[in-house]
Amino acid sequence: MKLTTALLGAAAALAFAPAAFAERGADGNVNVLYWQAPSILNPYLSSGTKDVETASLILEGLAGFDDKGVVFARLAESVPTVENGGITADLTQITWKLKPGLLWSDGTPVTSADAKFTYEYCTHPEGGCAQAARYEGIAAVETPDDLTIVINFAAPKPNPYTAFVGGTSPILQAAQFANCLGAAASTCTDQNFMPIGTGPFVVTEFKVNDTVSLAANPNYRDPAKPAFATMTIKGGGDAGAAARAVMETGEFDYAWNTQINPEQQAQMTAAGKGVLLNGFGTLVERIEMNMTNPSPDLPEGERSTTKNPHPFLSDINVRKALSMAIDRQILVDIGYGSAGRPTCNLVPAPEMFASDNTGCLTQDMEGAKALLESSGWVDADGDGVREKDGMKLKILYQTSTNPVRQDFQAVIKDWWTELGVEVELKNIDASVFFGGDAGNPDTFQKFYADVEMYANNFDGTDPEPYLAQYKCDKIPGPDNQWQGENINRFCDPAYDALVDELSKTADLAKRGEIAKKLNDMLTKDSFVVVALVDRGRLSAASNTLGGVVLNTWDTELWNAENWFRMK
Amino acid sequence: MTDSDIGVAPPETLRAAVWGQFRKHRGAVFGLVVLVLLIVFSVLGPFVWGPEKLSVAEALKSKNLGSSFVHPMGTDQLGRDTMQRMMAAGKVSLAVGFVAMIIAIFLGTLVGVLAGYFRRLDGPLMRLTDMFLALPLIPLLLVMVMLFRDKIARNLGPEMGAFVLIVFAIGVTSWMHAARIVRGEVLALKEREYVLASRSIGATSRRVILRHILPNVVSPVMVAATLGVAEAIITESVLSFLGLGFPPDFPTWGRLLYEGLEYMQLYPERVIFPGLAISLTVLSVNYIGDGLRDALDPRIRGR
Amino acid sequence: MLTYTLRRLLLAIPTLLLISLVIFLLVDLAPGSPASEIPLTVPPEVRMKILEALGVNEPLHVRYLLWLKQFFWVEPLNGFDSLFGTNFAEGMQRIISYQSRSPVFPLIGERLPQTLTVIGTAYLLGVVIALPIGIYSAYRQYSLFDQFGTMFAMIGFSVPTFFTGTLFIIIFAVWLGWFPTKYDTTLVVADWESFLKQLRQMAMPVMVLGLANAAAISRYMRSSMLENMGQDYVRTARAKGLDEQVVVLKHVLRNSLIPVVTVIALGIPSIFGGAIITENLFGVNGIGSALIQAIRGNDLPMVQTLAFIFAILIVAFNLIADLLYGMLDPRIRYD
Repeated sequence: MKLTTALLGAAAALAFAPAAFAERGADGNVNVLYWQAPSILNPYLSSGTKDVETASLILEGLAGFDDKGVVFARLAESVPTVENGGITADLTQITWKLKPGLLWSDGTPVTSADAKFTYEYCTHPEGGCAQAARYEGIAAVETPDDLTIVINFAAPKPNPYTAFVGGTSPILQAAQFANCLGAAASTCTDQNFMPIGTGPFVVTEFKVNDTVSLAANPNYRDPAKPAFATMTIKGGGDAGAAARAVMETGEFDYAWNTQINPEQQAQMTAAGKGVLLNGFGTLVERIEMNMTNPSPDLPEGERSTTKNPHPFLSDINVRKALSMAIDRQILVDIGYGSAGRPTCNLVPAPEMFASDNTGCLTQDMEGAKALLESSGWVDADGDGVREKDGMKLKILYQTSTNPVRQDFQAVIKDWWTELGVEVELKNIDASVFFGGDAGNPDTFQKFYADVEMYANNFDGTDPEPYLAQYKCDKIPGPDNQWQGENINRFCDPAYDALVDELSKTADLAKRGEIAKKLNDMLTKDSFVVVALVDRGRLSAASNTLGGVVLNTWDTELWNAENWFRMK
Repeated sequence: MTDSDIGVAPPETLRAAVWGQFRKHRGAVFGLVVLVLLIVFSVLGPFVWGPEKLSVAEALKSKNLGSSFVHPMGTDQLGRDTMQRMMAAGKVSLAVGFVAMIIAIFLGTLVGVLAGYFRRLDGPLMRLTDMFLALPLIPLLLVMVMLFRDKIARNLGPEMGAFVLIVFAIGVTSWMHAARIVRGEVLALKEREYVLASRSIGATSRRVILRHILPNVVSPVMVAATLGVAEAIITESVLSFLGLGFPPDFPTWGRLLYEGLEYMQLYPERVIFPGLAISLTVLSVNYIGDGLRDALDPRIRGR
Repeated sequence: MLTYTLRRLLLAIPTLLLISLVIFLLVDLAPGSPASEIPLTVPPEVRMKILEALGVNEPLHVRYLLWLKQFFWVEPLNGFDSLFGTNFAEGMQRIISYQSRSPVFPLIGERLPQTLTVIGTAYLLGVVIALPIGIYSAYRQYSLFDQFGTMFAMIGFSVPTFFTGTLFIIIFAVWLGWFPTKYDTTLVVADWESFLKQLRQMAMPVMVLGLANAAAISRYMRSSMLENMGQDYVRTARAKGLDEQVVVLKHVLRNSLIPVVTVIALGIPSIFGGAIITENLFGVNGIGSALIQAIRGNDLPMVQTLAFIFAILIVAFNLIADLLYGMLDPRIRYD
């Protein structure tokens, strides 16, 4: 690996000449723990958070999202908007200007050709680019000069900050990846493991699924940063062990995604070596109601398809009663503590898209029972289970295997049993549940159960694609190999029309209004999606590590160049 | 005339002799008592001990309690009574441990004896053993669960279905070590004088195996069986952990131990009770095995 | 003996081919797909494209034959190339991992040393502890020592490693602060200081695994010793006035070792298999953690290749165990 030696040499040169760069590298080494270890450092070939976030230390986009979800310039001079003329009034073109004098970590200049190449790399039909969605709707990328990048969209694009923005779509060096287009992407092991970037760090050694050793980038644009000369990212273990290594033994400075139960949070904080950081994004733990009949008595190919509506969940009163019987605050207390808060919304953030829907926050068991009584669901034979026309309220409730989800299942089962609904629980290994294998009956898309629970969120700050998932034509079924995203099989022409309207609206206030309305249609108006908990991100940082700001809109390592050692 | 007719008539039946010897083994009696106590605790316990079912909010008020009169083993993070869960869990874990062990030992001994005794079967059977040893366990279990879970669950109900599937899965994937060990013993035993003698007077293979070979492989089989019970109980916990086991509201000792792990520093009793239950089961089975081996060995019994 | 060995070796070829087919099918048919690693935010069309680029959609037999060719032809050629600087394998498609998009074999090679040092040491330690305990427990059956040995073995066996590992971390790392909880794989042993550091970071995983190994082996040793202690030849040896030490260590031990050797030999492939849970818990980047990460990430080529390498090792060590039998027990005849 010649590249390794070259980079090592660069790192060594840096170590011997600290005077040249003010305080870069003055704070020694920083230890970071990603318990799911990085497998590859090219975010275009892996969509795993661990890979994307680690790679963001090395590769950068033109802009990024800060901790408030606001776009800020990284390699670009400024963020183009309609007001400053960077975006045309018809929303079909955006023009980015690179900062002058930018260098790759190998010393060559960064040009607009690199951006154009990156676009070609990710949109190559044989490459299997994991971030292709970021480049959707682009008609062409033009480079009038070395510092200008013009992106033309095929149709008006209300949210143009997708391509080259955020940790998921950074700019690759054209010279390094020139031979890696399309099917050749997989053969470029050296490139994928040691990309040349513009970020604050460069890779010195990469042990797959274990350790990434990094050193400060000698050509980083701010000569005073980063404060750390080296960074080690270690993988392995689980969230609890990761939190312990920061909070109790103090071996590591930062641990990613340390989702632990509230008791442990309190206990580890008491150890006094670190703090738990939490921030809220758009991740919502929810119960999805199946609008179609999952009965195993139906022939294969008809189970959970639109051919057969659900025998009782198609009754809105049943869905509403099920939601009313749940006390969301208790769920937060047992499962997430400070890293969660109760919610009724599918889109809990950003603020301008979040509906003020709070009706579900207080549990109303009596109200739920009365609602079922009044709509004809009564326990006539005295077995504790309500029925109507011989149809018993009997629910199969499935989710993926995960201790918190199993606690939720147990508690919700108790509430629903009290309500007069018989509940059977089922948990499925996450790799199967989320695997999407069309041949497997246990995937969340097939939904061979009455209700299921999982969490989902959307990428970036714009909920449009997320809300569009609930359109009628996205219903999974045998004809599309169960690949749709409309898990509930929800179908409402009014909803579809409103989504279409959203896609044509550019005005932000108007967009917010429509998004809220769509959110309400799915939640409080129909109870098809029963939101439970707005799940924050929980990470652990040592007391000696300064400059850490948790960001839920971009990668957690978004400001690693500002990290420093507190003296 | 068979070899058992030689010598004076036995003074007591074989069963009585074995029991007499077994009783003399202090460890074995201790093991038997502990095991019976564990079984009584799990099977009869729920009839005696049944704290009333609280509503979720009520139960959560008494979460994570230590031992007390109301909750002798404390409560868990949802306020459920640990003792009640330990009883329910014990029934499942003990049943899984023993039934899976019996399946594994039966298969292992059968394959081991056949392979060791009949030269012609040795090759194919040992290759089969190699193959099972070489198979990656987790995908194998995943495939088995995927193929059979729904079918079995439809006929037997979700809980019984999971039980049959798990016991079968564990049994079928853990007989190989027993088979290898038994085969090794049989290979050596086959060349012993008494076996040669028995064969030379025309005893059928079946008789030689049942009469001379099997009693002499009891000892390694007993060790394998002891370890097998523990392994089955632990494998079950791993399976439940992976979501391949029982429905989540269905506790087992292994699952309680795993769930308690998160809370180990704060509430050590959460891991101590299930850990103790598993260890006691294994220990008692082991002592019973020791006692049985001694009792079944005529050379020791004579002394 | 030689013909027997040769015959077994020849027989191993069809066996391994069959095993390779079964493993390939099993891993392939198992539920769970590489798609589960792709976040839900990625739209289905992109998801399909990614899977297509991984080659998942080729027919099964095509993928199996390609994998066989890669395993037995392309990869050895690559090994030859890197040893002798030739380039026979140029342009041939190697076995590529789904997770890292890089050839599988160098990844395994990178992990082998850690597994051999950590898990190997634990196994050796387990055997070294277990044999004397087993022998002495049997010799003094039902003595206090034996009772303690039994307790130790049962606890070691009945408590899963996920539990002992966490317990040790809390005691030795959190409370006492003696050992690091994470294994530093970038550590290079160059001097006395780094050697001590290496010992400290190996201490906990080695203890956890050593305990589990020692527990099982000591039980087998003890039972086998007991079996032989009651044999007639032991009585004869004692009757003719042999020294007790000679009787136990020479006559009984030699015969008792026969089944124990099988158990030990059969356990060796598990060294290479690593200890999945322990390696993962302590961050030792060995083969075991590679396997579990590959299984979790549905990295099918990695799982298939690792599983098949284990299969080869198991078949090889079974053969070795059988040959050892013949050497230790002259009554066993192989021809």
